[in-house]
Amino acid sequence: MTRPETPDRTRFGLLMVFVMLLTIPALTGGDSFARPRSLATSEILSSPTDLAMVPVLPPAVCTVQAADVPEDGGGLISVTWEVPEDTPGTEFITAFEILRYAPGETPAPVGDVPPTDRAFEDGSAEDGTTYQYIVRSVSPSGFTDSEPSGPAVASAQWFARGRFPVLLVTLFFCTAVLFFVQRAKGGAELFIRKIPGLEAVDDAVGRATEMGRPVLFVPGIETVSEVGTLAALTILGHVARRVATHGTRLLVPVADPIVMTTAQEIVRAAYAEAGQLDAYDPGSVAYLTYDQFGYTAGVDGIMVRERPEAVFLLGTFYAESLILAETGHAIGAIQIAGTKETSQLPFFVAACDYTLIGEELFAASSYLSREPVMLGSLKGQDLTKMTIVYVIVLGFVVGTVGALFFPGGNSFFSRAFDALYSWFG
Amino acid sequence: MKRTVPLLITFLTGFFLIVSFFVPHEPFGQLEQRLLVWFAIVSGFAMLLGVDSLFRAHLKRIIRAREGRWHSLALLLSLVVTLAVGIIGFAKFGSPFHMQSPFMFVYTYGIIPLQATMFALLAFYIASASYRAFRARNTVATLLLVSAVIVMLGRVPIGAAISQFFPVAQEWIMDVPQLAAKRGIQIGAALGAVSMSLRILLGIERSYLS
Amino acid sequence: MAEGRRRGFWEVMNNIDRRIIFVVLAVCVTIPLIVSTGGEIKPTAPVIRAHASVEALETGDYMMISIDFDATSAPELMPMLRAVLRQAFEKDVKIIMLGHIAIGLPLGHMALEQIAAEYDKEYGVDYVDLGYRPGYIAVIIAMGREIEDIFASDYQGTPLREMPVTENIHSYDDIDLLFGFEHGAVIDYWVRYTQARFDQRMTFGTTAVMAPDAYPYLQSGQIEGLVGGLKGAAEYETLVGHPGLGTRGMPAQQWAHLLVIGFIVLGNLGHYFTRKSGKRAT
Repeated sequence: MTRPETPDRTRFGLLMVFVMLLTIPALTGGDSFARPRSLATSEILSSPTDLAMVPVLPPAVCTVQAADVPEDGGGLISVTWEVPEDTPGTEFITAFEILRYAPGETPAPVGDVPPTDRAFEDGSAEDGTTYQYIVRSVSPSGFTDSEPSGPAVASAQWFARGRFPVLLVTLFFCTAVLFFVQRAKGGAELFIRKIPGLEAVDDAVGRATEMGRPVLFVPGIETVSEVGTLAALTILGHVARRVATHGTRLLVPVADPIVMTTAQEIVRAAYAEAGQLDAYDPGSVAYLTYDQFGYTAGVDGIMVRERPEAVFLLGTFYAESLILAETGHAIGAIQIAGTKETSQLPFFVAACDYTLIGEELFAASSYLSREPVMLGSLKGQDLTKMTIVYVIVLGFVVGTVGALFFPGGNSFFSRAFDALYSWFG
Repeated sequence: MKRTVPLLITFLTGFFLIVSFFVPHEPFGQLEQRLLVWFAIVSGFAMLLGVDSLFRAHLKRIIRAREGRWHSLALLLSLVVTLAVGIIGFAKFGSPFHMQSPFMFVYTYGIIPLQATMFALLAFYIASASYRAFRARNTVATLLLVSAVIVMLGRVPIGAAISQFFPVAQEWIMDVPQLAAKRGIQIGAALGAVSMSLRILLGIERSYLS
Repeated sequence: MAEGRRRGFWEVMNNIDRRIIFVVLAVCVTIPLIVSTGGEIKPTAPVIRAHASVEALETGDYMMISIDFDATSAPELMPMLRAVLRQAFEKDVKIIMLGHIAIGLPLGHMALEQIAAEYDKEYGVDYVDLGYRPGYIAVIIAMGREIEDIFASDYQGTPLREMPVTENIHSYDDIDLLFGFEHGAVIDYWVRYTQARFDQRMTFGTTAVMAPDAYPYLQSGQIEGLVGGLKGAAEYETLVGHPGLGTRGMPAQQWAHLLVIGFIVLGNLGHYFTRKSGKRAT
């Protein structure tokens, strides 16, 4: 059914009037509408007095220490100092200037900081060179230098020791995944629970085919560097294969140009795989806009005009989630949504027929493909999750027992809890 | 070959990025930052692809006089006009975002109200969706319904006027059960994301490569 | 007959047309916005903590403000931004503004200029707007080493080293507090990179929808305070002692909440009686 042209033209006319109203003053009177910026001035010098009232030179700072910044890529030395309390002239300090020298050199400034700071990081140090630092207290009446710090040498480290627990967990996780992948390759039976949202994917495409209406796939508003978008694109491949086999129309509006090219390739390959390359329409994957609500308006428009029977809202969504899902509900489409954004999940649960919660979205490609290797990676993930759950329960039991039965903080339980906390914290 | 090269690039990039997280020494230390800058540059050029696709699709619709051509014309005109005022702002004031730039006029009186209007729809949709969704169909749904009412009352002054219970209970619901569920989902989703990343790095997951 | 009429009524309540809900909601929000001036607001703990984090700053300290929202979230986030700016300028704290959403940054700039004028502050001396650079993760990480590497100049092209406010600013080490105004995922990147890697003190104002996402960070102590939604804005305005649009918006929000609760109750009654009479009929 085609829509009458007259209202469309009227809307266009109204829009043009609006655009003209907006742009003519913008182009002609640009200078007149903006509020002039404040011309007020304030004191640049932060000292509370003027020069005449500063009686003495500022005091020298003490305990100047310099050390290599640990676990860095080199070229950094941290300098710390203390300001003697209750010494006359402290209140007149306007800045600390940091001077550096290598053996045989004269001290030269490398930076300055406000009077409230007690530390400075020298980012211009050369690795392997021994430096000493002097902190200069500056006031309007002059300056006083501190005693030089001890020698410090900047160096780069090959391993960030603070990240050792992360490395250990990463290795455990990778080992678990690879172990189960190998087991799956060896023919082991792996049980995966039923995920209703994924079971419904084929039914939704089938229903759209029966009704002769299109399938709308929205892969979120983020780019491909978001793993949620990648997960959505893997499901798009599956949906596109089904669509190509059934001969249903597919619409994929996207908000990111890189997602557009990736999705175009995926859909084209799916049609080729189904032997329906002739039926592939390059315009089915279309870029709308990068702007969040411009995109939302565009997708809503497509929903209302094209009346898709099946709507997939998979990937990364923010505030637009409910606007899209409610419009989909209003047109009576069967809706399958999924995201890892916890703040948007309630909206999808309220307005969609099926919702993939967090990890279910990432499990989708493994679940749909049913390839043993892919399912193996899911089992590895589950093992890691169970281990984390055990550690959380262990921490809870040890911490609670320590706090309830051995108060004082020096029992085995308290120490064990502190060790766990500091290790994972 | 068509698949092997991208898979190799993915594996090597991912591997070196993971290494750079644990090794601060050069050449690994600054690798992540450098790659992110490359990504930003590639994204910038990819934007041209998007604009090209948009322009072609709508131009085709106008030339072939297809249904919706007036909408397409409006879209293209808006695109060109916004671009033009942006360039004028840049040429005249050094930045389109300068307070006196004509782009700021379009921004203040065009883009802001349009964006705000779209977002404002959310208020209406939240009302209709919660009316539909919060039904005491079973025990769990009833719990959800009661929590929702407590949070809604606790978030507005009238809740405290009725009883101090509402703001206190609201804060407890947000701090304890809400947070517990959220953390559970987040831990699961994070592990799922890591697992998926691992599948991609190892070349087990290839469907995104078509 | 009467039984049938009653059943018909509850069936209608069970399936109220969404257009009716829309119209009633529009009326309930619009009228309080026009006629009401706000009521008594009692600040909650997360907002009190956010306020205290700014209050802990001393004269001459630096606060970095990140505008990570656009016009869509302006009604919620602009009132809190204005309140925070007022508190900061009152304490003579220096402001460094930047943003990760290009199309939203002008909103922040407008508020900055407006509040700076109220407190007689001078651009380049007391505050600066660095503008926008693409690629937020890269920007956030790079500023940990040298801000000038990313923002060599402010939004007008004035070099950072030529302005008194930024001449000594190099990295997060020189920033005493980061206050981000967020409507999306950028908050995660701030916490993940700036807090975790550089141990930066930070506080956030978020939209009501995003606030639950930020609660884990607040509870773990990674962020110092949290101002959530219009209610948070109203509470912050109360703490600053300058009621503004946040406070004025509260009655509208209150009526909207009550209306939604009313519709939920009606829907449930409709659901209950329709089901009951349906059972009786069978």
